[in-house]
Amino acid sequence: MEWETVIGLEIHAQLATTTKIFSGASTAFGAEPNTQACAVDLALPGTLPVFNENALRMAVMFGTAIDAEISKVSVFDRKNYFYPDLPKGYQTSQLFYPIVGKGFIDIELEDGTTKRIGVTRAHLEEDAGKSLHEEFANMTGIDLNRAGTPLLEIVSEPDMSSAEEAVAYARKIHALVTSLGICDGNMAEGSFRCDCNVSVRYKGEALGNRTETKNINSFRFIEKAIKGEVERQIDILEDGGRIPQETRLYDADKDETRSMRSKEEANDYRYFPCPDLLPIVIDDDYIDAIRNALPELPDIRRIRFVDTYQLSDYDAGVLSAYKPLSDYFETVATLSGDAKLAANWIMGELSKHLNQHDTDIKNSPVSADQLGGLIQRIKDNTVSGNIAKKVFEAMWNEGGSADDIIEAKGLKQVTDSGAIEKIVDEVISSNQKQVDQYVAAEPDKRGKMIGFFMGQVMKVSGGKANPGQVQGMMKQKLDALCS
Amino acid sequence: MALNRTDVEKIAHLARLQIDDNDVPEYAQNLSNILDLIGQMQNIDTSDIEPLAHPFDAVQRLRADKITELNQREHLQSVAPAVANGLFLVPKVIE
Repeated sequence: MEWETVIGLEIHAQLATTTKIFSGASTAFGAEPNTQACAVDLALPGTLPVFNENALRMAVMFGTAIDAEISKVSVFDRKNYFYPDLPKGYQTSQLFYPIVGKGFIDIELEDGTTKRIGVTRAHLEEDAGKSLHEEFANMTGIDLNRAGTPLLEIVSEPDMSSAEEAVAYARKIHALVTSLGICDGNMAEGSFRCDCNVSVRYKGEALGNRTETKNINSFRFIEKAIKGEVERQIDILEDGGRIPQETRLYDADKDETRSMRSKEEANDYRYFPCPDLLPIVIDDDYIDAIRNALPELPDIRRIRFVDTYQLSDYDAGVLSAYKPLSDYFETVATLSGDAKLAANWIMGELSKHLNQHDTDIKNSPVSADQLGGLIQRIKDNTVSGNIAKKVFEAMWNEGGSADDIIEAKGLKQVTDSGAIEKIVDEVISSNQKQVDQYVAAEPDKRGKMIGFFMGQVMKVSGGKANPGQVQGMMKQKLDALCS
Repeated sequence: MALNRTDVEKIAHLARLQIDDNDVPEYAQNLSNILDLIGQMQNIDTSDIEPLAHPFDAVQRLRADKITELNQREHLQSVAPAVANGLFLVPKVIE
């Protein structure tokens, strides 16, 4: 018998509003604790929520972007539970009449095929505050700045059957919400979090009990958490055990999930319609206006990148997935006039630096204008690709335009054939042993051996000699010695 | 529908209400009466009636996405039992 994995995801996307879903307090990340928690967020007596029109607009944008049914009447419900970072004693959410109904997302699989993943619903709710357990003896510190930040919870159908599909789906949703500008997508700051519902069954049999792994905040962890959880469940079932339906937590340090609480007993939220909020009613005009004003979606952009810039499907997929990255690419491609080179530099050198410094493209020390300028200088042979990496490094660390750095550091490529010939001659005369070996070698082995001489010329010229010219001249001179 | 002692204790626990053991039978009776009334209403044919989300025949008013609430931490924390470093302090919570 063969095991089959069934995965559904619940994604919480913090909406990029200026203020909370039900109060006029700021949602900006990183403020001093409790400086953005007003009387409404603290649930002080006598306060009442008033719904943020921008949160509604963003939710409808998402719904129209996935071709979902939009509810003309949606209702807020109270989800009742007690935790200190939830001052009201309930989370205002939408259970019975969510704003966004059934829709779908198409994901691209590794074999090039696409798979349609159903979106069951997406509803509006509020985020909770943060609990800090470490700082105080026998006390927990509560920061309510995040309390009341609007969330769009996007619930998928259990349509995914591998960790890879789940990641592809999560990336797709991420690309979508960032392209729509309704979520900043910053996973490290918790703006985009994922709960993974995982179960296994023998192929064709009824669904097994599922576990829910909460609050995973990177794509890599989604993949690892699901793989680990599938393995754990299969081990238990093959040993004749059963899987309790429970909530688990992913521990990235240990790369394993562990039980958090049993869902069977805790899952009694006693939902009921929130009497403090009236039904949200919207009409076709409202929905159509939003639909008509949607920005370019990632799937469309991917196709455009292939058509307009002749990028490979892979490059287009990467560069279209995140709006700030797409914008950066288009600026560099336009400035430099070479989309392929722009794509290579962004996905190579720039991405490497961003990863190493754990920085988002939005905060890149090297702007699109700077990189575009550098690629222009590669194209017009002012610098070689290798020297360009040095220029890039200087740009990253010290700033400045490519031209200024090339000038200041004297990195301009030597293309003067007289100057190159001088270095080539010098290298040949000071490496007699290698020259003898070259001459003695079989002609078909010589091609490889030329690399040594190239390296020497580059060393002497400080990497500035034009590699193409050096190669041609070196080969010509060495071969002349062979005859 | 009759609620028993266990039901009442469970409801009280979920709502974090401390109740006197001696009062449980009375609560059970009162709550059962309410459920009976609801049971009676369930018999009414409502197939032609739109579900009502709120007793007021009105729709939610929306608020512009503008900051209106500025930092009042000191003022708001003046009623808190314990605070430190800008945080509210509560008895240790371990999940």
